[in-house]
Amino acid sequence: MTKNYDVIIVGGGHNGLVCAAYLADAGKKVVVLEANDQVGGAAVTDTLTDGKKVSSCAQFLNQLNGSVEKDLNLASHGLKMAANNVPTIALNADGNHLTLTSTTASGANISADDAAAYTKFMRYMRDYASTLNFLMVSPPIDIFNPDFADKMTAIKLGWKLRFGLGAEKMSEFLRQVGMNIFDVLDDDFDHELLKGTLAFDGVLGTHAGPRSPGTVLTYLYRLASGDEGALDVPEGGMGAVSDAISAAATSAGADIKVSARVKNVNVENCKVVGVTLESGDVISAPVVVSNADPRTTVMSIVGPRHFEADFVKRIDNVRMRGTTAKLHIALKALPNFKGLSEDELSNRLVIAPTHKDMERAFNHVKYKEVSEHPMMEIAIPSIADPSLAADGHVLSATVQYAPYHLKGGWTDEAKNAFMDACIDRIAAYAPDIREQIEMAVLLTPVDLEASYGMAGGNWHHGELTLDQMLMLRPAPEASRYALPLDGMYICGAGAHPGGGVMGAAGKNAAEAILKGEAS
Amino acid sequence: MTEVIKKDHFKEGVKTTPFYAKQKEWDKVNTWHRWKEYTVPDVLDNVTVEYFAIRNSASIFDITPMSKYRIKGVDALNFMNRLLPRDMTKLKVGRVGYTIWCDDEGMVIDDGTVFRVAEDEYWLCAQERQMEILRRNAIGFDVEFAEITDDVAAISFQGPVTCKILKNAGFKEIETMKMFDLRFFDFPGGEIMISRSGYTGDLGYELWVKNDQAEAIWDHLFDAGKLYAMRPIGGQALEIARIEAGLLAADVEFSPANQTVRHGHAKSPYELGLGWLVKLDKGVAFNGRRALMKERENGSRYRFVKLDVEGNKPASNAYLFDSENGKNIGYVCSAAWAPTAKTNVALGFVDMPHGEVGDEIWAEIYYQKELKWKKRWAKGMVVKDPAWNPPRKTKTPPDDV
Repeated sequence: MTKNYDVIIVGGGHNGLVCAAYLADAGKKVVVLEANDQVGGAAVTDTLTDGKKVSSCAQFLNQLNGSVEKDLNLASHGLKMAANNVPTIALNADGNHLTLTSTTASGANISADDAAAYTKFMRYMRDYASTLNFLMVSPPIDIFNPDFADKMTAIKLGWKLRFGLGAEKMSEFLRQVGMNIFDVLDDDFDHELLKGTLAFDGVLGTHAGPRSPGTVLTYLYRLASGDEGALDVPEGGMGAVSDAISAAATSAGADIKVSARVKNVNVENCKVVGVTLESGDVISAPVVVSNADPRTTVMSIVGPRHFEADFVKRIDNVRMRGTTAKLHIALKALPNFKGLSEDELSNRLVIAPTHKDMERAFNHVKYKEVSEHPMMEIAIPSIADPSLAADGHVLSATVQYAPYHLKGGWTDEAKNAFMDACIDRIAAYAPDIREQIEMAVLLTPVDLEASYGMAGGNWHHGELTLDQMLMLRPAPEASRYALPLDGMYICGAGAHPGGGVMGAAGKNAAEAILKGEAS
Repeated sequence: MTEVIKKDHFKEGVKTTPFYAKQKEWDKVNTWHRWKEYTVPDVLDNVTVEYFAIRNSASIFDITPMSKYRIKGVDALNFMNRLLPRDMTKLKVGRVGYTIWCDDEGMVIDDGTVFRVAEDEYWLCAQERQMEILRRNAIGFDVEFAEITDDVAAISFQGPVTCKILKNAGFKEIETMKMFDLRFFDFPGGEIMISRSGYTGDLGYELWVKNDQAEAIWDHLFDAGKLYAMRPIGGQALEIARIEAGLLAADVEFSPANQTVRHGHAKSPYELGLGWLVKLDKGVAFNGRRALMKERENGSRYRFVKLDVEGNKPASNAYLFDSENGKNIGYVCSAAWAPTAKTNVALGFVDMPHGEVGDEIWAEIYYQKELKWKKRWAKGMVVKDPAWNPPRKTKTPPDDV
């Protein structure tokens, strides 16, 4: 069977779907080929057990690109939020918790000085983030061959830094932007739990501890997209976001096929001509877009021999170390968290007692061990969104650190031991949790790689560090979405601006394809 | 693949080749230099005599320090075809090819010779070390590669009577070998490889043996060549011969791209006058292809020129001008009085679009007369062919001298 399209998108993650929607809207004949039996990639809602569903990976929507949401009119395609701008509650073992909104800190005996410092810290961070956020939506600057738009972007960045922030804030920004968040927090705060929680946000999803350089930047990254980092909870779980984008793509005319695993991209005479599916079907198109991470794209889906050696080496060297695991628990009933009402349990709960503990937890990863005292972000989305659990509740935790390369491998024994450690950790705050557990599942970075194709189990398709951002993401020759192979593009989180359920990479890739951008 | 590195390798600052003792027997002037890790002679006796051995009898030059690699595996052809801009499907078993290889920016990393010794095995011989280049090129290819620099002793045997001497030495049907053929011959201690190749622009062969065969092959050749005034030579004589033959040298005509720090200081194959080695449409994503396609479209920056310069003062290190006292358009990399061609040869680069064959280019030549610096202007003519390119270089069978 041979079919012809203008564009084939390999992988129906949210970015692939966004890319398809924009291309179809521009009149291109597009097909999305998803290997799994549902679209969404890592932005999916899966059945945990009878009548209970969870967002498999990402659980809070904090970075969805505003123009994507508007352009694709996701609300009209069924996207609804079960909760908006949920605060973060930093758990304290004694039940006296710290509540953080985007502007205020309260509880846990926080001093007036620290509370004021938090408000100021957040104001500065938001100002920095809003200085940078336009970089997140535009394609990165081509520094070797800048066009007019590139030059304007550079001028705009300079202008925003100098005159947007002003001399004093700009100087502070330049001082802090390359720093580790640990030192910045020590500069500004005394409150241990506050420092622990902010440190957690600086390292979430990264192979870094709070003392690792660049963790102020990763913190800013969370704020620089979406609605200043406000955390929303989509109704129906993260899969609902993908479903809405998928519906938008379909209504724009894109074909979407699931259970259609692409075996390889077909290349003839140094040009892309289509793909071959594992089923043996061949689909032809002059343009193929990969939603997979850059390494998987280059090393497996296309194959290194279709690229020149320096580029292959560069892609092979992209750091993609996953250190985050996911714990899903089906609950018979809500456990009692000390000092928290049922209402408060619908917020984002963070276990990260101090920034020192966070750093100690990271130490293990360097030696291929799991953290002795794992840190985590907990959500019980079924409180705000009962559609996720017919009876009882579901709890999902994003846990750090669990290395991809575990000493001795991720045996069942190792998995169970780490899952137990995670549950014990929660039990310190919710002593009766074990009684409420109907079943629990742990997804290690290895599982995440197997299920969602991200090499190394890295959520961002490439670690978010300064040397892997902007025009360096994933490599200078591919930062504008076109790979150095005629007709081949990338549209996933491995391209600028990176990971998180954002959709900007998909949108930028579509625009690059429509412009005929070449590497 | 395991790479065994001797732990005390660093203590051995200078290595000697398996031909060292044999060369020492001829050494009258004690002028040696370091070529990679090895010590090799600049001259053993007299440069002029050694040079004329290349052109008039037979010369033997130790090329053991050349970087040598073995590439083997089911993907060997695909690997070489991606590494090298030539169409490697055209290089059959038993053939040698001159080649360059580039980085992704289309800048030349090195030049050398590639030997197809078997369907699935190549040898690559280069000026500079290439292990890291091979390593990155092997990602995704089913090949094994190994450095055999220290395991293979090699000599370049060049001159009009070399075929005759090899015949006397018992290498049967050596005269039927065409330019760039390679063959294996029996020799005590195991097969040796002989290729009809060289770096002198003359009739000549290169012999590739195991280290423990080195002295035996040396003695065997000298026995067979007793009557032919054959002699070992140093690098200085070879340098004159290669300039006379218009051949490039890494680190002289071009800075190897992977060692070049300043952006824009490396050179492309087209800029080196080696466009004929680049097969853009061979249908393989070889290194540098995309950049070289762009260069073809947008034009090159420089042109490699061979100049026939007036007078007999070598234009070494000279700037090149479009007229006497005119505009500076380039520079000379290598220059020598060519003793056999009897011309004053300069190899250099000029900015495009200068330097077409037949163009006049002026050189500002500085030279010393008993330590006193002098300057003169010399007119040069861009020539198409090397100063020395005799029919005997390629004639098969070579004349029975």
